[in-house]
Amino acid sequence: MSYVTGVGLTSYGKHEGLTSLDLMSKAAELAIADAGLKRGEIDGILCGYSTVSPHIMLATVFAEHFGIRPSYAHAVQVGGATGLAMTMLAHHLADAGVARHVLVVAGENRLTGQSRDASIAALAQVGHPDYEVTLGPTIPAYYGLVASRYMHEYGLTEGDLAEFAVLMRANALTHPGAQFHEAITVADVMASKPVALPLKLLDCCPVSDGGAAFVISREPTSEARVRILGCAQAHTHQHVTAMPALSELGAEIAIAKAKTQTGVAISDVRYAAVYDSFTITLAMLLEDLGLARRGEAAARVRSGHFNRDGEMPLNTHGGLLSYGHCGVGGAMAHLVETHLQMTGRADNRQVRDASLALLHGDGGVLSSHVSMFLERVR
Amino acid sequence: MSGKPADWTNGQEAIVYQSCDACGGVQYFRRGFCAVCGSDTLQERRASGVGTVYATSLVCRAATPETRAHVPYNIVLVDTSEGFRMMAHGATGLKIGDAVTARFASFAGRLVPYFEKVT
Repeated sequence: MSYVTGVGLTSYGKHEGLTSLDLMSKAAELAIADAGLKRGEIDGILCGYSTVSPHIMLATVFAEHFGIRPSYAHAVQVGGATGLAMTMLAHHLADAGVARHVLVVAGENRLTGQSRDASIAALAQVGHPDYEVTLGPTIPAYYGLVASRYMHEYGLTEGDLAEFAVLMRANALTHPGAQFHEAITVADVMASKPVALPLKLLDCCPVSDGGAAFVISREPTSEARVRILGCAQAHTHQHVTAMPALSELGAEIAIAKAKTQTGVAISDVRYAAVYDSFTITLAMLLEDLGLARRGEAAARVRSGHFNRDGEMPLNTHGGLLSYGHCGVGGAMAHLVETHLQMTGRADNRQVRDASLALLHGDGGVLSSHVSMFLERVR
Repeated sequence: MSGKPADWTNGQEAIVYQSCDACGGVQYFRRGFCAVCGSDTLQERRASGVGTVYATSLVCRAATPETRAHVPYNIVLVDTSEGFRMMAHGATGLKIGDAVTARFASFAGRLVPYFEKVT
């Protein structure tokens, strides 16, 4: 058994002059304080990676910098799924008694620490070095390929995809820490610059600076008890060229395992935190996870189903698309927001009932998946 | 199987794949063994360049000066008649399901496969 006992999140956007370690430290300090712990009580550290400051031992670099001497520490790399993969590992470490309080932390000055082109070029390297990268694709192009196929098979339109960008932006408007604060419409998304068609600029998450952290503990440290009910992974491929059929992707496999493990049904879920690197990612994952029927996620957005006051509130902080994406920390903001919602601390964004949450992360090009259920325990 | 494949990844006008003598599987990403059954009895074969478009994405925002000179360029996934899927460039306007055939084009100082609709 394990609990998410504390969360910490910086604003996303520009943090001029701050390094990846600075952003990690800020988020870590917030999370440890939120858990009501002292630094010295942290005995496990899991951290993500930084494309700006790559290091072969980032967890111990961070531990030394932050001033703790954990009994368990290393980095984890699963692309966008890293945050939830670390949380899953922390859950098992706590459950097995390896560590009492595991700090999960990531942060990166991805926006101001390097050029946007350098970020895009670094990320394109998830492609095959000989058979893909040589062709000049970008991450948006990998997802653009998937989008074209998904639209072809299930009848989605570019206007359908735009709905997800508009929803995430509307959510971000209510969060002071979000990178974007201007409302957008479907027409704005449709008119935004082409990036890798069918994906346009507003179908894509931004590059951000930011940091996020949480503490996963064996026992609750306060009355705010958020328990990790269960979690599962699936990894079907790395490269988009080797991706299986759309009906055989990892999200469906991971969620099926997580449901079996926990006995939770999708109808039990009250809040959803779903990876949204691109509008197509969110559309596909919602349908793969069973939060909408195939081809019907956009209609559910239009009907208000995923609104803050709808039946299934989704990424109420604005997601990667509008809160921002600083690498590993990007999708960790989803868990931070989920925790705030589950513990009634989401201010003007608070939903009615977030007693049971589904979180899902995706890394690579729908390559690596982690599904997780969290439960509020009273 | 040693050395570099005589294909477009090494500047030669060919698409090469591997077929497994043991299980009959085919693979495009070159390895010393069959990723289906593990056998190392592989044959390297030259593909016909004939296939069907599986997916497309028109890149309008490139990340390097070399590739930016080419925008927009169409990245395609093609299901080849030999049974493997590959990434390549394609003519703008190609649609999913189009029957295509490969020629080779120059891109950012390299040779790349370029698919066009069979007319």
